[in-house]
Amino acid sequence: MKVDRRSFLGLGLGAVAGISVSPVILKLTDDSSIWTQNWPWTPVPVDGEVSYVSSVCSLCPGSCGISVRKIDDRPVKVEGLDEYPINDGGACLHGISILQYLYDPARIKTPLKKKGDKFEEISWDDAVSMVAKKLSDIRSAKTPEKLACIIDKDQGSVSGLFKRLMKSFGSTNLYTMPSFESYLELTAAALHGKGTTIGFDLENSDFVLSFGAGVIEGWGSPVSCFKANASRKERGAKLYQIEPRLSNTAANADKWVPIKPGTEADLALGMAAVILKKNLFDAAAAAKFKGGFNKLAATLQNDYSLSKTSEITGIKETDIEETATLFAKAKMPVAVFGKGRGDGSQSLKELIAVHSLNCLVGSINRKGGAFIQPVKNYLEFPEESMDDAAKEGIAKPKFGQYVHDLFEKVNVSSQPAVEALFVYQSNPCYALHDTKTIKQAFGKIPFVVSFSSFMDETAGEADIILPVHTFIERLEDIPSGAGLAKMVVGLSKPVVKPLFNTKHPGDILLLIAKALGGSIGKNFEWASYDKCLETVAGSIWKSLSKSGHAILAKGVPEAPPEVDMTFLAGNPASVQSNGDGDLMLIPIDNMRLPSSAPAAAPFSIKTVSDEVLKGKDTVVEINPKTAGSLKNYDYVTLTTPVGTAKVMINLNDGMMPGVIGMVKGLGHTFDNKYVSNKGVNINDLIGPVIEPGSGVDAAFGIKVKISRA
Amino acid sequence: MSKVEHKSESGSEESTGECAAGDTKDDKGLGLGVIFFILAFVICFLSGTLLFPKLLYSKKEQPFNFDHKLHVEQTSDCESCHALREDGSFNGIPKLAKCMECHSETPLGETKDEAVFAEMYVAKEKEVPWYVYSRQPDCVFFSHAAHTKTKGMDCVTCHGPIGTSTTLKPYEENRITGYSRDIWGQNIWGIKKHSWDRMKMDDCAECHKKETGHQGYCFQCHK
Repeated sequence: MKVDRRSFLGLGLGAVAGISVSPVILKLTDDSSIWTQNWPWTPVPVDGEVSYVSSVCSLCPGSCGISVRKIDDRPVKVEGLDEYPINDGGACLHGISILQYLYDPARIKTPLKKKGDKFEEISWDDAVSMVAKKLSDIRSAKTPEKLACIIDKDQGSVSGLFKRLMKSFGSTNLYTMPSFESYLELTAAALHGKGTTIGFDLENSDFVLSFGAGVIEGWGSPVSCFKANASRKERGAKLYQIEPRLSNTAANADKWVPIKPGTEADLALGMAAVILKKNLFDAAAAAKFKGGFNKLAATLQNDYSLSKTSEITGIKETDIEETATLFAKAKMPVAVFGKGRGDGSQSLKELIAVHSLNCLVGSINRKGGAFIQPVKNYLEFPEESMDDAAKEGIAKPKFGQYVHDLFEKVNVSSQPAVEALFVYQSNPCYALHDTKTIKQAFGKIPFVVSFSSFMDETAGEADIILPVHTFIERLEDIPSGAGLAKMVVGLSKPVVKPLFNTKHPGDILLLIAKALGGSIGKNFEWASYDKCLETVAGSIWKSLSKSGHAILAKGVPEAPPEVDMTFLAGNPASVQSNGDGDLMLIPIDNMRLPSSAPAAAPFSIKTVSDEVLKGKDTVVEINPKTAGSLKNYDYVTLTTPVGTAKVMINLNDGMMPGVIGMVKGLGHTFDNKYVSNKGVNINDLIGPVIEPGSGVDAAFGIKVKISRA
Repeated sequence: MSKVEHKSESGSEESTGECAAGDTKDDKGLGLGVIFFILAFVICFLSGTLLFPKLLYSKKEQPFNFDHKLHVEQTSDCESCHALREDGSFNGIPKLAKCMECHSETPLGETKDEAVFAEMYVAKEKEVPWYVYSRQPDCVFFSHAAHTKTKGMDCVTCHGPIGTSTTLKPYEENRITGYSRDIWGQNIWGIKKHSWDRMKMDDCAECHKKETGHQGYCFQCHK
């Protein structure tokens, strides 16, 4: 017998037939179909017990209640908390992205110390003792005022502990970053006395006159504002939007009134003049005005006639008159202020002028109006024990009222004006005007300590980083602000165990104080921050711990407060913009892009349209009439006295001619591939403009030159 | 006869001769071919039936042995450990916290396995990484509550008499799909003797058809 090709054929056929009648093909078909439907490399949510933890979001001052869904110990989804007094189940895109902050690639995982241009990891013990050593040296030199501190907000127990440490140390140089809350308090202080603040009852108002407030673009408490706006049509309420640009709020409003940037105060005063002239003001309210109301009325009649106001603002006389009349005749009108998100630089004159309209028509402490209430200090810290050094220190004057004053002082001093700086949860190197100057000031401060969760622009400038838990890893009281009509304190809870070697900011301060010892140590004798909060929250702790929030004030406050017109009666000058370009560059607040710390989550930045960010380029808005021969997405170079930037243009009929609008919140430079190196930071192009009379940085824009790139 | 014709004739003769010879060889070749065919058939068939399952599944040992019988004797039912949660979902294999309702770092008995459990997991507060024989793919939704609570089905119907076992068998993982052999069943042909022998979709459908008159719709399980 000879083995030939037919034998092989037989072999092959036999093999095929043998396999075919065996279970191999049936089984492999089944397995391969399961495999292709469940690719092993596709992440699959882990199965486990579902639970929900209620907490409070502190990404913005909106302070919404959140419900975090967990599978076993892992948080997997964030939703708005039903029946929470601020947002009642609603959530914004940043709120639902909270978990991305937890796993952010820029998270700082352990204490770091600057060595050359790089950071090296150190232990908590070493980090705290290095900070304590530096602070002891400053105290030994009898210059406690040379310790400065920047915090993100004025209220709450963590801010309270920073203030306590600064006071016990003997320094008055504690500053908060500019915020909507700070502007509300400054405005209320000027008109109604110190220690008060303003809330707007938008959900009951029948006529909202907005001077550039992005009511549906992140202004105030965003979700609460969305809800108030959503019910506007049902309630028959009107929204008039005054701003140079057809923003989403303007497009959604009943009327959009375009105005020359920076003339909002003049318009408000012009409208006040109309209301006075037509006798549409609330006589009973006006009778109680103090501080030269008659003088103000005379100034208004002389300097803010319809024709003059129209000339200044670029708005037709009939529009000014009609808007003022409708506002005054409405049953429950309210004028709201704070351009964009309300936390950028604002002119105090403008805010006071706009709020004066509320005072004039009697919309103070009335349903649907503006509520003036005392700022509630709901925490009961025990009185500090002060040693001699502390007493001497706090007798020394503060460098200035605002954070920009601190940096100016540092920059102009030949000797270090500040030996050590604490920066807590804020990003001045990104968020303040003229970032170059701010970074220069950081360079002149010998010892910068950052209390940050993320390696952002400011943390990158620090000498020591003490990384703090993100807010969903820690317990903290979160007082509402943001111009809400009601005052609520929420309790932010640790939803998840800390992922990294981070600490609670309160616990870090306790450690530093203990290391310093003496009277400072005595002032921080709590076993932990959690114990401290329980103690200082006093009467509201029961409600906080039981229901997750405590309501400090709701409903219409009693009796309207006094109104002092002194500031406006002095006829303060208006803020002028810097530069000599032909066009005006103004910032735009976009709901999807936070402009202060922390930066946007990867998800939020993905939702930004191509008309704002195209690839890695910022797209600026410009009217076709101003653009001349330029076409959509042409590259141009913007030049201001502060800096230059290459951007793309978007021709937009909704932008006032002569004005260029650039979004805030882009151009981060820290190490986060999802968020950084996209677009330009507008604060690199705009410098501060200090308002005469108030001292705030009131830059509303800057003159700019544009050339084809 | 011309040269060409001769060639042609002899050629045809040769070819005839070859054909004749070829016929004889063909018969032999066919015979060998048949033998090869049968040989290959038998080898491949046996390999596909006996060797293939051994290649397809990898055997993994559980972290330590678990005596279901002993635990059932103590608790008297399955639900003491494998229970429905408050929201109606099923807890599956209990977590460490559940075990620690009875167990602690000090073993209750004297078995080697409990010592491993106490030392390696309870003391270290580490979850036991059990292999789950009945884990279905993620694309399958299954409600234990609907079957055991609403319809009163017995655990044994699907899971078999595991409550009387004293040892855990090795976990056989399908190298292609990553799922347990128990889903397809021990029998490579997919033949079952008991209702708990397989956990494939057809088995669900078969029971549904029998109990409800309809095999069910796709979205009932594939949501």
